[in-house]
Amino acid sequence: MNPLIESVRQCFPDAVAASHTYRGDATVVLRRGSLLEVARFLKEDPAFQMNYLMDLTAVDYSTFGKRPAPAFFPSSGVSVRPSPQIPDEDPWPGPPGCSRFVVVYHFYSVAHKHRLRLVVPVEEANAEVDSLSSLWPAANWLEREVWDMFGIAFRGHPNLKRILMYDGFEGHPLRKDYPVKKRQPLIGPSN
Amino acid sequence: MDTSFLTTRLDEAIGWARKYSIFQYPFVTACCGMEYMATACSHYDVDRFGAGLPRFSPRQADVLFVVGTISHKIAPVLRRVYDQMAEPKWVVAFGVCTCTGGFYDNYATVMGIDTILPVDVYIPGCPPRPEMVLDGLMKLQDKIQNQHATGVRPSPEPRPLIPEP
Repeated sequence: MNPLIESVRQCFPDAVAASHTYRGDATVVLRRGSLLEVARFLKEDPAFQMNYLMDLTAVDYSTFGKRPAPAFFPSSGVSVRPSPQIPDEDPWPGPPGCSRFVVVYHFYSVAHKHRLRLVVPVEEANAEVDSLSSLWPAANWLEREVWDMFGIAFRGHPNLKRILMYDGFEGHPLRKDYPVKKRQPLIGPSN
Repeated sequence: MDTSFLTTRLDEAIGWARKYSIFQYPFVTACCGMEYMATACSHYDVDRFGAGLPRFSPRQADVLFVVGTISHKIAPVLRRVYDQMAEPKWVVAFGVCTCTGGFYDNYATVMGIDTILPVDVYIPGCPPRPEMVLDGLMKLQDKIQNQHATGVRPSPEPRPLIPEP
């Protein structure tokens, strides 16, 4: 098992819901309430020093597995599934839990050159997690993007408003239930 | 309009002067801008056609080059730039995104700038080759040459609306 996961599990036995190392990428699934505490530990603990927030995004699993996987370019040779020749000892366990969204954090330590991914499941009814912008300033705009695209709010964010779409845009376009053909133009016809 | 010998000669002279002194406003938003730069630089040398002076103020420009994908967010800005240009003015849709939306068909993209502006010349391609751009520029020159001296042109046909799903 990955030593980072081991260490997080030891320090926060109640916070970690699951973990895996799919293709060598260490992933920890956290319970939502303990995100801020674990994140602060990851940043400040000398053994982790996760001083670089590489990415912060979200996934909407509401239609996961309900439709066939889209193969956009079946003639191009791009395989939708990974090649069976690549060893896959630790298979991907699938979406964590039954909650609709997950928020995904990718951390990197410049000092130790190691990476860790945090996954926080979020229910649709109470789509809110703690903001990490007080720890990593980079989280500010990334959380605004997640709010804009997925409608997941961040508690304690200093300026939680849309960043990509314009004011007056209704809905969150990367949610799977946003109608594919829905258009909200500011001027001109709706396409 | 009744055109005598003198006014047609005058139209020709004005058209000739206008088509070889195009001051363009490049509204560059995306990757087509690289191809625009290639066309404008010395290898393809858009200056041969009298269009070598981009003006970065719409008030000094004759031709609006819309280069790159236009999103719904920037559409009012583009419309405003167009409105600020003085007549006579022309619009070139550079690249397939500005012509039709290209391969974008999503919540963010305007499906062709002719939904918000009158367009004179369409240059498709993703991105168009500089030769295509120069061809479009020459077609625009023909259009300018044949335009009446007052610069008045018929309003463009409205695009048919696609019903809401």
